[in-house]
Amino acid sequence: MTSTPADVGTRGESRGAAGTEPAAPSAPRRRRTLSSSQWAAVGFAAPLLVYLVLFYAYPLMRNIDLSVHDYTIRAFVQGNAEFVGLQNYVDVFSSSTFPTALWNTAVFTFGSIAFQFTLGLALAVFFKSSFRLSTTLRAMFLVPWLLPLIVSASTWAWMLNSENGIVNSVITAFGGEQINWLTDPDTALLSVTIANIWLGIPFNLVILYSGLQNIPGDVYEAASLDGAGAWRQFWSITFPLLRPVSAITILLGLIYTLKVVDVIWVMTTGGPGDSSTTLAIWSYREAFGTGQPDFSPAAAVGNLLIVIALVFGFLHLRLQHRQEATS
Amino acid sequence: MTERKVWWKTALGLVFTALMLFPVYWMVNVSFTQTRDLRADPPHWFPWDPTFEGYEAVFAQQLPALGTSLLIGLGSVLLTVVIAAPAGYALALLHLRGGRTLNFLLLVAQMIPAVVMAMGFYAVYNNLGLLNTIPGLIVADSTIAVPFGVLLFTAFMSGIPRELLQAARVDGAGAWRTFWEIVMPMSRNSVLTVSLFAFLWAWSDFIFASTINRNGDLIPITLSIYNYIGNNTTQWNAIMATAVVASIPAAILLVIAQRYVAAGVTAGAIKD
Repeated sequence: MTSTPADVGTRGESRGAAGTEPAAPSAPRRRRTLSSSQWAAVGFAAPLLVYLVLFYAYPLMRNIDLSVHDYTIRAFVQGNAEFVGLQNYVDVFSSSTFPTALWNTAVFTFGSIAFQFTLGLALAVFFKSSFRLSTTLRAMFLVPWLLPLIVSASTWAWMLNSENGIVNSVITAFGGEQINWLTDPDTALLSVTIANIWLGIPFNLVILYSGLQNIPGDVYEAASLDGAGAWRQFWSITFPLLRPVSAITILLGLIYTLKVVDVIWVMTTGGPGDSSTTLAIWSYREAFGTGQPDFSPAAAVGNLLIVIALVFGFLHLRLQHRQEATS
Repeated sequence: MTERKVWWKTALGLVFTALMLFPVYWMVNVSFTQTRDLRADPPHWFPWDPTFEGYEAVFAQQLPALGTSLLIGLGSVLLTVVIAAPAGYALALLHLRGGRTLNFLLLVAQMIPAVVMAMGFYAVYNNLGLLNTIPGLIVADSTIAVPFGVLLFTAFMSGIPRELLQAARVDGAGAWRTFWEIVMPMSRNSVLTVSLFAFLWAWSDFIFASTINRNGDLIPITLSIYNYIGNNTTQWNAIMATAVVASIPAAILLVIAQRYVAAGVTAGAIKD
């Protein structure tokens, strides 16, 4: 979600570049003003540059530093941690938690995205035809997304409570068996995924809805003159024309879902056992989740997560460039 | 026939919205439920006999946490706008050399998981003595919003007509005066959108609060709820009352600034 305006940047920049053109005729004067305005530009960007170095680059460097040393709490205070090279990474890869966490991350991420996207798209199509109250109802759909994650997560935790949760009470009222949603290793991951799907629907709805707004209405008119029904129109017009927006929505969702900690941590703390532990949760638990902080493996897992996020991130950028090139 | 179809859609829309907002309703419902009824079977679907115990507990215990969150939110808004707006100006209108690279770095910055940043901040703050301090948390929370802010300001400011800026230059206004007297007043809506998101993200943050401020004297509301759950597993009405109170800023913002919310979400994902 933080990454949405990502796209703004590239768009804005291309527009900014185009904006230099009007100044071009007066070339000699431009050179002088450019260099003095270049100083001004650096001056205005300076706070950001300092900020990025101090509060992005430096913490990230410390993070890499953590991952190649053996930091215990004592070494942390005294600052004499032993250099161990890539040993922490080797430990992470050979840990029994690694395959579980990787698998859970994949299930959690792809499960969340698949349902968020499908439901978001269905709702976007539904809300596209305006009807009485449609604007108000669509605005109400934003609520889950604006609530603090900890609020939503604790609400879901109580709803899924084994003995007193509303979900089980409905299930048993219809003659079903009580399900230990959060405490049974078989359903813990499912439970947090359901909560996360709910959280992501608004984001998908909003972006896909505005994507739909950009499809010209006369395409549909022509199609219905040709006798194409709603179903046919969706598959042969809406879906193909929405593909670029869909791709970006899904990738932003991937980048965002990979990082999720709050929801899972509040609902299950990654348990029982490792059954709902994702890579992000694993890293958080090693560093902050127990009484015995173990920063070095946590940092190694974290760096692994960055690599995965960057792969999807670059995919996103490529896609966007291609889209810009074609339009 | 069309008339009937429209009503049918409204009815369906109401059902979907009700389903979607059910957890929110449930949070409010539980917050008013008597403690003795919390474990009733079947559960009380509506608080016929409401109690304000939960809310009394919130106002007795959580006011400092709410104040802390407010302070952190406002601090984060201020820091974000002060850093991002001038940078957006430099990128969009002053043609900063290396602007493309900077834009790219900002995109990458947004992909870094918060848990990784939290560890880095922990290590850095540990040396600087900034652990468990409000300024430390404000800076950390602002990292969620600064890249977003710069990109949004850049996009908006690129659309400001050049003629205006040239006219200002002819009048002898320097870069600073142009920024302060022309660009900033014109960017009011962007400032609002960026502030809104910076505030909401700082207000909702749990990861940074639970890592670099875990032993602070003043903890924000998110961490307070979390600790509350850990200590009082039976008082779910009080927990949910806290959750309701913690959601108030989001609710207010949704009502008064919905336009800016939608603008922020879709800002650039869609080409127009």
